[in-house]
Formats: sequence, C-alpha cells, structure tokens
Amino acid sequence: MSKDIKIKKGLNINLKGEAEKTLSKAPRAASFAIRPKDFHLVTPKMVLKEGAKFKAGEVLFYDKNNASVKFVAPISGTLTSIERGAKRVITQLLIQADTADTYFLNPVLDLNKATGEELKAHLLASGCWPFITQRPYHVMAHPDHSPKAIFISGYTTAPLAADLDFTLIGKEAELQAAVTALSKLTHGQVHICIGGDSNSPLKGLNHCQVHSISGPHPAGNVGVQIAQIDPINKGETVWTVKAEDLVIIGELLLTGKFNAERIVALAGSSLGAPQYYAAIIGSEVAPLISEAQLVAQNSRVISGDVLSGRAIDLQGYLGYFDNTISVIPQGDDYELFGWNKPVFDKISSTRALTFSWMQPNKKYDLNTNTNGEHRAFVMTGNYEEVFPMDIFPLQILKACMVQDLDQMEALGMYEVAPEDFALTEFVCVSKQPHQKIIREGLDLMYKEIG
Amino acid sequence: MGLKQSLHTLKEKYKGQKMAPAFNALHTFLYTPNEITHDGTHIKVVDDLKRTMNTVIMAMVPCLIFGMFNAGYQHYLAIGEINAVSSGFFSSEFWQWSNLVFGAWKVLPLVLVSYGVGLAVEFLFAVIKGHEVEEGYLVTGMLVPLIVPVDIPLWMLTIAVVFGVVIGKEVFGGTGMNILNPALTIRAFLFFAYPTWMSGDKVWVAGAQERANELAAGMKVDSISGETILGSLAQNKSMGYELWDMFYGFIPGSVGETSTVLILIGALILIFSKIASWRIMLSAVIGAVVMGLIFNGVVDAGWINSGSGFYGLMSTPYWNHLMIGGLAFGIVFMATDPVTGSQTNKGKWIYGFFIGFLSIMIRVFNPAYPEGVMLAILLMNVFAPTIDHYVVEGNIKRRLNRLKVKNV
Repeated sequence: MSKDIKIKKGLNINLKGEAEKTLSKAPRAASFAIRPKDFHLVTPKMVLKEGAKFKAGEVLFYDKNNASVKFVAPISGTLTSIERGAKRVITQLLIQADTADTYFLNPVLDLNKATGEELKAHLLASGCWPFITQRPYHVMAHPDHSPKAIFISGYTTAPLAADLDFTLIGKEAELQAAVTALSKLTHGQVHICIGGDSNSPLKGLNHCQVHSISGPHPAGNVGVQIAQIDPINKGETVWTVKAEDLVIIGELLLTGKFNAERIVALAGSSLGAPQYYAAIIGSEVAPLISEAQLVAQNSRVISGDVLSGRAIDLQGYLGYFDNTISVIPQGDDYELFGWNKPVFDKISSTRALTFSWMQPNKKYDLNTNTNGEHRAFVMTGNYEEVFPMDIFPLQILKACMVQDLDQMEALGMYEVAPEDFALTEFVCVSKQPHQKIIREGLDLMYKEIG
Repeated sequence: MGLKQSLHTLKEKYKGQKMAPAFNALHTFLYTPNEITHDGTHIKVVDDLKRTMNTVIMAMVPCLIFGMFNAGYQHYLAIGEINAVSSGFFSSEFWQWSNLVFGAWKVLPLVLVSYGVGLAVEFLFAVIKGHEVEEGYLVTGMLVPLIVPVDIPLWMLTIAVVFGVVIGKEVFGGTGMNILNPALTIRAFLFFAYPTWMSGDKVWVAGAQERANELAAGMKVDSISGETILGSLAQNKSMGYELWDMFYGFIPGSVGETSTVLILIGALILIFSKIASWRIMLSAVIGAVVMGLIFNGVVDAGWINSGSGFYGLMSTPYWNHLMIGGLAFGIVFMATDPVTGSQTNKGKWIYGFFIGFLSIMIRVFNPAYPEGVMLAILLMNVFAPTIDHYVVEGNIKRRLNRLKVKNV
C-alpha cells in the first residue's frame, strides 16, 4: 500500500541562483580527488601506490575494518599523490585523469536470477557498496546486516539542490536495474518517495513501493520519509540510497562499467549562469564554476547544498555523494545595528521586525554570515516548527551534548541523521551547531553501542 | 578608515585578552559581527538572541512610558493638584507633561540602576569566566523597574539586582542555564528582605511615604492613601476604581504593570513576532479564570459569608481578577521566559495553566501580600523541568510501544 504523505512542518528556503534546467557537458577535468573522509568512519587501506595507473572502476583502496568493501576509481588515470594528515590518516587521493576513459569491466549478472548474496558480493567488489548508507548512525551500510527496508528519496526540497525530477530523466532502465537489485538485499520493501505532482522517472518502477510526498523542506529528506512510512525501532536497520546514485549502480549492473558521471546542479547567487552539468565524482570544480560564470570573487564554494554541504574552495573537488555545487557570497562583513533594524532582505523564522513572512515566495540572496553570535540555548518551540518528526529536537541535542547514551537512545537517536537537524540549525537563534552535535552523538553511540 | 574599520582593528587587538568580552559586547551592540559559518549550515536566519531580546524590550516600552505618566498622575492626584481622569484612555488629566516629568524623574533612576548594576555584574562575570556577555539581562533590566513600587530606595534596588543576577543566574552558568526567572528573583528578594517596603499602602504612590513621615512629625497635611486594589480587596473594602480605569491602568501599583490594555498590546507584539509562547499566555489566562470561577462558585453557594477574611477577593468576579494586580504583566512578560518555563509545547499548556491557577489562589489566601503571580511563576519555574520530564517521557513511551506492538 503506497501512501500519500503530507508534511506540514518545515520551511522552504528560497534562494536566488537556482540552476536553470538546461544540461551541458562539463569540460573534462584533468585533476580529481577522492576524500576518504566522505565515507564516514571508514579507514582506508590502499591497494594502489603513488604513481600507479588504473582504469575507471579499478579498486583504489578498501575499508580496513571491512575488507570486502572496495572503493574504486571514478575515472582512468594516474594516482599522483596520497595526502596524509595527522597520525598519517589519508586525507585525499589526488588523481591525474587520462584524456579519455578506459573502463574496468565487471561481469554482468542476470538480475532476475541472481540471488541477494550474489548481488551483494557484486556490489561490494565493483565499488558500488559505499553508495548504500544505513540508519542507525548514518554510516556506510554494513554488508552483514539485512535491513528491514530500503528507502530512496526522489523528492528535492533542500535549497538550490539539484532537482531529481530533472537529473534522472532518461535513466529509467538504470533506476529499475538498481531497484531490482536492492529489493533482493532486504527482507522488507524498497520504498521510494516522489513529489506529489511530479513526473519523476522513479514513478513507474517495479519491485518497490512508490509513495508520493508533499510539503516544505525537509519533506525531501529521507529521514522524514522513513519516520512517516516505517520508523526505525531499536535493533532495526534500514538502508538509504540517494536516487542519483541508483543511476551509477544501475549502469554497473547493466553494462559492468562503473560510470561515475552524475548530473550536477551549479547553483547560487554568486554564479552568473547557474545550470546543470554532467560531471564526474571527485572532479575539480574550478572549470565547472568558470563555465557557470563566477560573478562575485568573495564567495563560498560548497560541495553539496547550502544546509548540509561541505565548504571547499575554488581549487576544491566535487564530493563523493554530492550532486550540487552551491556558490554563495561570503558574509565576512559587519552590519551596523544588524540586530535591531528592520530586515527585508534576509530570511527569518520569526516576525521580530523581520519581514520574510510577508513574501513566502520571494527569493533571497543569503550569505554565510552567522547573523549573530553563538549563545547557550534560550529560545524554545522554534525548532519544533520546522522539525516534522516525532522527536524532541532540543532535548535530543542536549542529550547528545551531555553524552547521555540512555537518553539519546530513548529520544530516538536511531532514527536521525545530521541532515535532519539542518533546518533547526538554520533557524537556531543561539547559532548552535546542531548537525555537528548530532554527528558527534551518533559517533559516540556507534562506538559505545553499535 | 571608518568607524567600522577602527573597531575591527581594536577587536583584533583585544582578541584573546581578558577584556575582550567587554569590548565585544559593546562592539556587537553597534555592529553585527563579521563572523561566518564553518561547519553545518552555510546560511543562517537573521534572528539572533539580541534581536529576540530587543523585541521583548520593544513590547515593554509602552508599559514603561505609561508607567512614567502614571507615577506622576498618581502623585499629583493624591496630593490633590489634579482631578481624576474623566474621559477614557486619552484623558487630558492623565497625559500631562507635568505627570511625565515627575514620573520620569522617579522611574528613570530605577531603569538606570537596574541596567547599570545588572550589566556591571554581567560584564564582570563575562570577563572573569572569559565568555561573551549574553543578552539575557537586557530583558531582565527592563522588567525590574516595571515590577517594583515607584518609591523604592535605589540602594535597595542595587542590592536586590546584585543578588538576583549573581544567585539567580550567574551561579548556574549565565543566560540559558538559570532555573528561576532573574527578574522575579530580584522581586522576591526585595519582598522577603524588605517586606514593609514591598507591601502595605505607602509605597505605591510616589510621595506617600514622605507624607506619612511628615504627618508623624506633626505637620498639618492630608495623608496620601496609596492603596492598591488588591490591598483594599484583601481587607474586604470595595475596589474603589472603575473597571475601565483598571483596564486602562489609572491605578496605583508597581511601575509598569497597571495598564492591562498596554500589556495586551505587548502580548500581541510578542505573539505576532513569535518571540513568546501564546500557549503559556493563553493557558495561564484559562488557569486564572478557572480558579476565579471556583472562588466565585464558593461565594455563590454561600459557603463563606461576607465576614470572612477571604470574602473580598473571593467574590471579585473572575474576569476582574485578570485586570488587577500584576497578573497580566506576569503572564505576558515573565511566565513566557523560555529559559525558566517549560520547553515542550505540551508542557507549556500545563505550566501556564498552573501559573494562572496558583496566582489567583495565592492572591485570595495570602492577605498579607495579596499578589500571587510572582510566587506562582517562581514555583512553576521550579516545576517546569518536572513537567517537561513527563512530557518527554510520553514520547519515549510511545517509541517503546511502537517496538512492542511490532514484536507481539
């Protein structure tokens, strides 16, 4: 039984610089980087050495804690350097790309006959496994678990994020192959949520349940959808896969090639021509940004959306899981009486001489200023207005801060991921780092309990 | 090199030094800092704690200005220089320049002492503990002059403010960590340390105490009776004021709490701007009405007679209770303090209800000091974490049940 889900709580953040729905092929990047940190809590063990040449889809490294999980190269090229940080932890693998890709060919399985175990081994060996994330803890899925369900969100609500209805067009075959394979990895269902009135390519897929969901951000967050459809209880595991990664998984299953190309939205008010580009995971962002015409030099470049993405600089690289590059103005300037004068050009969740409530559809040009200093928690009730889960956000944050494991568990820590607290962080009057608090809380639980 | 640049240079110079918090407090008052986001959300709402607190202060300004006029008006009325108001809220007898000048002369020192002393303590603690000066006192400092009698000696206020800020707030770790509302802690300190000053009929009208002293010295002048409505009712006297006077606020009382209409406007500002909880305000009014109705019912049933000490206040119609004393002011500006109140939405309903309910109960049963809202809010401040605990417990049970239902 599929459900029509309506989310009431939340907040749509309308920003200037939304990517125009035209797709260009990005100029082929010469330099690539893979950050093992993108795979949270994975300790990389290198297979290739510096200077090694490889094809797209060849194994670069594997997870030291779980040797079956392989991580493969997104393009063919040469491993130019392995950058290390404190305690010799690998921070970045720099790759010089060949001018044209040669692919490592994985075997092609018959999807209708293959068993779950075969498919699992196939995904692990081919480098597609890291695309599967598990809850609790919001970490890479553990291959030995059997999840009670797998969730995929096909609904985009985050500000400036790549619209999945657009980026998945024409990929029906790949999507279907990936969903068929995933359906064999769970003893439950594959659930897909699409926007209420959308014509998403995900709509007509088999071997899954398609739900329609509507409402403001964070309705597109998979955590909110899980809470509506089949909430996670203690002892249960669910997996989530990003819809755009289904395409990569699907292509691998159909052709045997690990094709790391993804449709990426370049968006943000600092860009003159925001639009979509086909780009490869880990590619340098500078050529893309110059294509999209950077108009403001003092800007922040973010791999991901403006709520949960990671700050990179102009010389940075597209993150492993990101399909959006946001470029917004830096806010490193003072503002005279910014705390008491009436404000018309910034978003507010209150009406304290702030007027964004009058024009809910107006598009704003927000910068990275914190608009105030960090304080202790004071206000109450404002997080709940943008938090559509049956969880007490303030209380769970405080439980994480005091590292009260029992209380964290009781309050629903197994159900959340940092991104679920992006909006509460955005509206926080005390400017507390909610996502960081939750991430650290999850890590603590994973260490102590998981 | 404008002001902005010079201040920025100074800020860099003070960075890491002991006086940095004090400098930053003044700097951020002028300019929102140039701080940018790092991890987490790259954009943030425009609201910060300063704006929040500022909105509460804005909502109190009408009460403050009215309080100044009222201080002058009550004084000149008592010594017989002017006539009582005759034509509604905008009566010319009330809105006199001379009333304002007299009132400002009395009230502004209270404001200055409250802010001066309180902020000095805040700055001191910020410098010692090396954290930023937090904005909580901006509201407390405005509340304090509005909830004390106009003739309170400034030294008394000073001691109370120091006590309230240190014991009521700083020992717990500053804004956001306190258990009791600091403004009410200050008020309660005054009440328990100097009871004769804080009650009776000599403190509510400026000059009443002096006049009483003059009378005692044998001078031939008329005495000033500055009794509040609650004081009269507690002694089973009649109210002595028209309902509209009470609603508009042309009555003796603490500086800023007399005008129900302006408090109502403040409430609308706070609710509209989403700064204060409408749940607490509404449920507190409901609580007060319920308790008032119970007392009215007791009187109607004839269970007590007019000889009883409680008769005066018990027989006051329930809706009149909402307009007299500090109830409205307490509900709107102090019960809604997010730090000391309940933090869950369901908890706010319970918390507010009991504030209203207990206020009227204390008001009726405590003839020595017939105003209950201060004690009711302080009591519920203490219970707020307990209320929240049970609300949160409900959520936890629901989560466990989900698991049990599944496993059956």
